[in-house]
Amino acid sequence: MDVLEKLSILTDAAKYDAACTSSGGDRTAKKGYIGNTSASLAGCCHSFSADGRCVTLLKVLMTNCCVYDCKYCVNRRSNDTRRTAFTPEELADLTINFYRRNYIEGLFLSSGVLRSPDYTMELMIKSLRLLREKYRFNGYIHAKAIPGAAPELVEQLGLLADRLSVNIELPSESALKTLAPDKTKGAILAPMRQIQVRNQENKEELVKYRHAPKFAPAGQSTQLIVGATADTDFQILRLTQGLYDRYRLKRVFFSAYVPVVEHALLPAKNVKPPLLREHRLYQADWLLRFYKFRAEELLDESNPSFDTRVDPKCSWALAHLDFFPVEVNTADYETLLRVPGIGIVSARRILTARRVGPLHIDDLKKLGVVMKRAQYFLTASGRVADGLRFTPDSLLHNLIAVEQPLLPQQDMVQLSLFDSAG
Amino acid sequence: MVEMVYYYDGSFDGFLCCIFESYANKEILTAIYRDEDDIPTLFASRSISTDKSHANRVLRKVVKCSTCAAELLQKGFLTCLPEKELHLYHMVVKLLKEGPSFLRNVSDDTLHPVFAAVRHLHGEAHLLKGFVRFSELGGVLGSEIEPKNRVLPLLRSHFCTRYQGETFFIYDKTHKEALFYAAGRAVIRPLEDFQMAAPDETEAHYRVLWKRFYDTIAIKERENPRCRMTNMPKRYWNTMTEFQSEDYFKPQSSPAAGPALSAPDGISVPATPPAPGLSAPASSP
Repeated sequence: MDVLEKLSILTDAAKYDAACTSSGGDRTAKKGYIGNTSASLAGCCHSFSADGRCVTLLKVLMTNCCVYDCKYCVNRRSNDTRRTAFTPEELADLTINFYRRNYIEGLFLSSGVLRSPDYTMELMIKSLRLLREKYRFNGYIHAKAIPGAAPELVEQLGLLADRLSVNIELPSESALKTLAPDKTKGAILAPMRQIQVRNQENKEELVKYRHAPKFAPAGQSTQLIVGATADTDFQILRLTQGLYDRYRLKRVFFSAYVPVVEHALLPAKNVKPPLLREHRLYQADWLLRFYKFRAEELLDESNPSFDTRVDPKCSWALAHLDFFPVEVNTADYETLLRVPGIGIVSARRILTARRVGPLHIDDLKKLGVVMKRAQYFLTASGRVADGLRFTPDSLLHNLIAVEQPLLPQQDMVQLSLFDSAG
Repeated sequence: MVEMVYYYDGSFDGFLCCIFESYANKEILTAIYRDEDDIPTLFASRSISTDKSHANRVLRKVVKCSTCAAELLQKGFLTCLPEKELHLYHMVVKLLKEGPSFLRNVSDDTLHPVFAAVRHLHGEAHLLKGFVRFSELGGVLGSEIEPKNRVLPLLRSHFCTRYQGETFFIYDKTHKEALFYAAGRAVIRPLEDFQMAAPDETEAHYRVLWKRFYDTIAIKERENPRCRMTNMPKRYWNTMTEFQSEDYFKPQSSPAAGPALSAPDGISVPATPPAPGLSAPASSP
């Protein structure tokens, strides 16, 4: 099998993994090596695929052979599909040559479980070592730790990669038992804990010894599948928050479940992936990470799903109308962040701009505030936007009208004069 | 104070001299045109000759008032803002008159157009860090871009550190200039015409591999062309490997077909870097 064919099979098998970021690295160039990881702290997208997702890393599997039989996965052993594997040299050659042409920011290496988790991890480590040491690649590497592998191997992998990830995939233990019978919660959480502890230790080492080898300097991430099981948004979001709090994850990714197989326990094959739900979860994820919201503020037991019509921040604002209006000239940073239509950047700009003089309502648009949403929730020097009139009832309608064009549209059909009315 | 229209040679130093002369002659500028634009005017006008020492005096003064303003001035000159010279001139005038405090307020009427244009420049440079596509031609990496702003000065340090051991060039089709890098030295030079040579076997091979990877990585069930265009506007697609027609992926039939290329001799593959005198082109700050 030639490399082109292998690349097709192993890319196709890896495409459902959502994580494709090159953020968090700040390694500068090294003499005699190619590349760095410091294009920008937020990472650098090299292309966008037809589904609108960013392509920044060469995202492939080492092999798509797998001994596990997770029901939701295309690579499960009971699936009749072509199997192949890259040799370490092929993988290194592809990475280097794509990188030199600026196609990619680095490599994202994941793998099916060949023989055993330990054996697979050893293969991955061998490939990454070849890439780093023989091909002298100094760019970004995101590697997937295989649940159930020995801690010594996770340690070695972390010294070669910039970011590690262990996918949780199913948000609850019961779902794990039914859909992924070969995996256990313990086997997934153990390497996550190890990476977190080791990462913390490494930070201390680096303070003492400047040249200590870095362990996964860009941290770790994970992925949850949305829509394959009956778990609610609230459960998923609370799990996400727990992961940020207790495991210090950099990112939690959500992947709308694309039905790849007919199975009694899974959604039928003609069910569309829940893209809007995934979108709302990402919006809430941003609120957790940057806007100092807590999961319990956004959702609760009696109200466990996001409103599909407006975004989570607007929903929160509508439920807390007593918090508003906020006066932009006096409110503190945390309060400004709670206003729909004000983000991190515009809140900072407001803070610096108002030191020069009082802000007027017309200035806010120029500062980057999205007035379509924000106008209902703020005042500037005691005044609201000209001609703005609304009641709590009409407010929801107005906000839905703002959101509507941003949502996926239903397929529209051009009406024809000559169609016979059915 | 008399109102006046100034003409200058199009270089950054020339523009700074316009500011210098406006103060020296006690004139208020209503328009600043480049000589090459050749815009006739009915108003009183003056042609400004470039004097390096005058330009330096202006820049030193601005730096002294605020380094942030100096950065805006330099980067603002690289942007595609219509009448950028006049906007920048107004910013400098306000800076000298009122001091630097207005620079904190992005909604300030003088600052906002310049600020927005510089943000556009940064945004475009950031996107191009990812969207530039190199082709290997005889050991040299070459690429073409079509940006709206003059982004090469902003891309220089990124690509020079990333590919420090390589020899490469990036050709800016819009502004007809190119960034050359070889052996630790980088220069930006005007380059009137350039045609990329056809790929050899190896280059074509990796182009095909990349195209296949790009096509395979998309999930069919999630197709979303609007989202893709928001993130990656179509004007960048012209120079990106994954959107080229089939011919782009065919290797050149025989190596002897070299002279048939439409490239002018000596430009298609600059194996040696151009003159090592590291002075940037006159127009680049």
